[in-house]
Amino acid sequence: MNIAVRNGRVIDPKNSFDRVTDIYIRSGKIASLGAVPPGFEARREINAQGLIVCPGLVDLSARLREPGLEYKATLESEMGAAVAGGVTSLACPPDTDPVLDEPGLVEMLKYRARGRNQTRVYPIGALTRGLRGEWLTEMAELHSAGCVAFGQSDRPLPNNRVLMQAMQYASTFGFCLWLRPQDVNLADGGVAHDGEVATRLGLAAIPVCAETVALSHIILMAKETGARVHLCRISSAEGVAMTRAARKQGLPITCDVAANHVHLSEMDIGFFDSNCHLVPPLRSLGDRDALRAGLLDGTIDAICSDHAPVDEDAKLLPFAEAEAGATGLELLLPLTLKWAAETKLPLVAALSRITGEPARILGVEAGHLTPGGDADLCIFDPDHYWMIEASTLKSQGKNTPFLGWELQGKVKYTLINGNVVYAD
Amino acid sequence: MQLPEAEDLLAVLTARIRQGISSDTAVVGIHTGGVWLAERLHRDLQLALPLGALDVSFYRDDFGQIGLHPQIRPSDIPFKVEGSHIILVDDVLYTGRTIRAAINELFDYGRPASIRLAALIDRGGRELPIAAQYIGATLEVPPAKMLALEKKADGKLDLSLYDKHQGNE
Amino acid sequence: MSNNPQLNKNGQLQHLLTTEGLPASILLNILDTAEPFVGVTERDVKKVPLLRGKSIFNLFFEPSTRTRTTFEIAAKRLSADVINLNIAVSSQSKGETLLDTVNNLSAMHADMFVVRHAQSGAAHLIAQHVRPEIHVINAGDGRHAHPTQALLDMFTIRRRKRDFHNLRVAIVGDILHSRVARSQIHALTTLGVPEVRVIAPKTLLPTKVERLGVHVYHDMAKGLKDVDVLMMLRLQNERMLSARLPSTEEYFKYYGLTPEKLALAKPDAIVLHPGPMNRGVEIDSVVADGKQSVILPQVTFGIAVRMAVMSILAGS
Repeated sequence: MNIAVRNGRVIDPKNSFDRVTDIYIRSGKIASLGAVPPGFEARREINAQGLIVCPGLVDLSARLREPGLEYKATLESEMGAAVAGGVTSLACPPDTDPVLDEPGLVEMLKYRARGRNQTRVYPIGALTRGLRGEWLTEMAELHSAGCVAFGQSDRPLPNNRVLMQAMQYASTFGFCLWLRPQDVNLADGGVAHDGEVATRLGLAAIPVCAETVALSHIILMAKETGARVHLCRISSAEGVAMTRAARKQGLPITCDVAANHVHLSEMDIGFFDSNCHLVPPLRSLGDRDALRAGLLDGTIDAICSDHAPVDEDAKLLPFAEAEAGATGLELLLPLTLKWAAETKLPLVAALSRITGEPARILGVEAGHLTPGGDADLCIFDPDHYWMIEASTLKSQGKNTPFLGWELQGKVKYTLINGNVVYAD
Repeated sequence: MQLPEAEDLLAVLTARIRQGISSDTAVVGIHTGGVWLAERLHRDLQLALPLGALDVSFYRDDFGQIGLHPQIRPSDIPFKVEGSHIILVDDVLYTGRTIRAAINELFDYGRPASIRLAALIDRGGRELPIAAQYIGATLEVPPAKMLALEKKADGKLDLSLYDKHQGNE
Repeated sequence: MSNNPQLNKNGQLQHLLTTEGLPASILLNILDTAEPFVGVTERDVKKVPLLRGKSIFNLFFEPSTRTRTTFEIAAKRLSADVINLNIAVSSQSKGETLLDTVNNLSAMHADMFVVRHAQSGAAHLIAQHVRPEIHVINAGDGRHAHPTQALLDMFTIRRRKRDFHNLRVAIVGDILHSRVARSQIHALTTLGVPEVRVIAPKTLLPTKVERLGVHVYHDMAKGLKDVDVLMMLRLQNERMLSARLPSTEEYFKYYGLTPEKLALAKPDAIVLHPGPMNRGVEIDSVVADGKQSVILPQVTFGIAVRMAVMSILAGS
């Protein structure tokens, strides 16, 4: 279908574009910006006056809970949440049930996701069989099946010998390892940041050194093996500093942060709010400020939602027993806008963290509005305030620390391949 | 309205009680006004058994409505209640509920041989079948008002009137 | 979640979950109310009819005979009906969640739940989800709080020392894992104790503990100097297993309370212990049974304090 998106403020960070103009879409691709393509007749017109038109969002971590965890959420409900959040490409971690360590499972997931003409799903394959940290997976086969990178999700990192060998094997093929830096022994069953709040509330704690010790191992071994590494969900000021230093050395390391961690700290746990039970934990205000500074100076490349829908029963438990995670696909945009507003960052810079930058990390063609590219668009109203509550969230998971908050920025239309897959 | 002098009434009450006591009579005052009166009676009547004091907060029937009283004093019955002859003393006898609570509490200490009631003022308005054997005076008080006994700096007792729904003792 | 979950809209105590965040007036009211209850426990008839007709459910998700017994005695002395539920972990693994259990019991017209649980925050969770008429008393949740223990400790201190404003108090032992210590610290600082010390090896102290308003000592000799009140904590065997301490012998040598160490404190210093004691581990028998020990009175006062808490809650 030929679609004309009129009078929107088009912001395309990758092409440094920020101007009110029209976009013309034909055959699922972006035909042109501004000038009407020759012979173009719009079948549908979208009035984007007062709205912002940006590339469809690229989310580096969103759990769809299939296969296996369908009581928490289904592919259908979470894909619905994705497009409601303006997310047109997402990477899903391998911690499904069974784990994504077999090409057949990956193919099945891609098939089920593709069949709906919805958000493009890029599976992250398991680095080790069953995510148990002992045996390597058939990374090359998994890559052929569609995995864009390999990781351990939130499961413990393998021991250093296995991890180093995994790096060597992956870099044989040029694959990227997505690793969450946390030393399992130092974390030792902790559920909250090792600081003032955990002390007061009597919660088992995860010290910052659980992140920095693991980071130092990862960085040193990456240097030695030449492996490409993406650091997932950095959480501490020390961690940001180490990442900054590693990148200064020219190492091929990228880094993301979860949207919740850009805003929240251990203080938000309040009276044991299990919606704040997250992995990695919410750390101190100083850590949060360092994460924001890292985003500003590019040490942290991207913001992701780290979407993890959790059923109500699993959250209505004492803090330590509650399942960790927050629903986030629909909050990625408003939380990024909130960060931009608070730091007075121009939107073209802020939106890069959820469009062009994550696309680059994923290694896929997405996150920009270049003519000839796929017409994946997110059209949103930057001034629309909406209440985050169970009835306004499409995800089956209603577990977010932002329940009851009013956030600014709501998606009005999401287009994938030139099709309107979501309209508010 | 004109209130009688508490000291005068106490003198009358003491004289009335004097005729009814023996060597083994015990006196128990109900906090707070009743205890002040009981102290004076105990001294003036020169009673042998030590003075008892009761706080009836744990036996009141209005806990469900108004909760615990903010200031509870300890009860202290330093003599053997079992088989004793007790004169219970309170400042104002009104609905009779305080006395009911006091009797219940006394029985938790033992089984007295007899309990008689002495009150400085009987203002009527009984809601339970309670009667005093010794009274200083009968007084009609408007329902919206409360009568209270106060102890002045020099130790003398004084009656005062206040509105029911104001701050309490 | 900025409202104090323990107070109702009139500022009265609705639940007792932790000593943290309660104004001094409420803590003192509990201590003052406990005084006459001590008198009741010393009478022949140890009962008063105050809570007659009320049902108090002891929900113990973590087993404890002594604490459950003191709550049961306290409730019965108030003439309340007591139902004891020792919910073994296995019944929870049968699929019934914590809140399912609580909801089922609420339907049985409970007036009050006394809750003990192995996880920090359990009592808060229950208090958030019960009907408004039901009161929750935290009998110990994980490492977080044990408010009635702290209150009976405060009562014991006040009985012997009168004024909180002149005291130096030392808490000795495994602060890191102790809900008792946390509740004691909050109560002591709220009541105006000018100097609260914690004495422990580094492996038994939580991060940034000084932010709770305490002075940290690793040297017991220095920490006990001129102290008026010593609060000893129990050491559990798990600490050796989790590589925090090498042995009870070494612990006793450096952190156990012996008569020699007690002599470093003020001559009229008192010694408290929440019980049960590990004699020869955190405390020497001579001290535990000595004249400066108030460990036995703590038990009696514990009943009176719990009676006071239940009465105040039921009357609000």
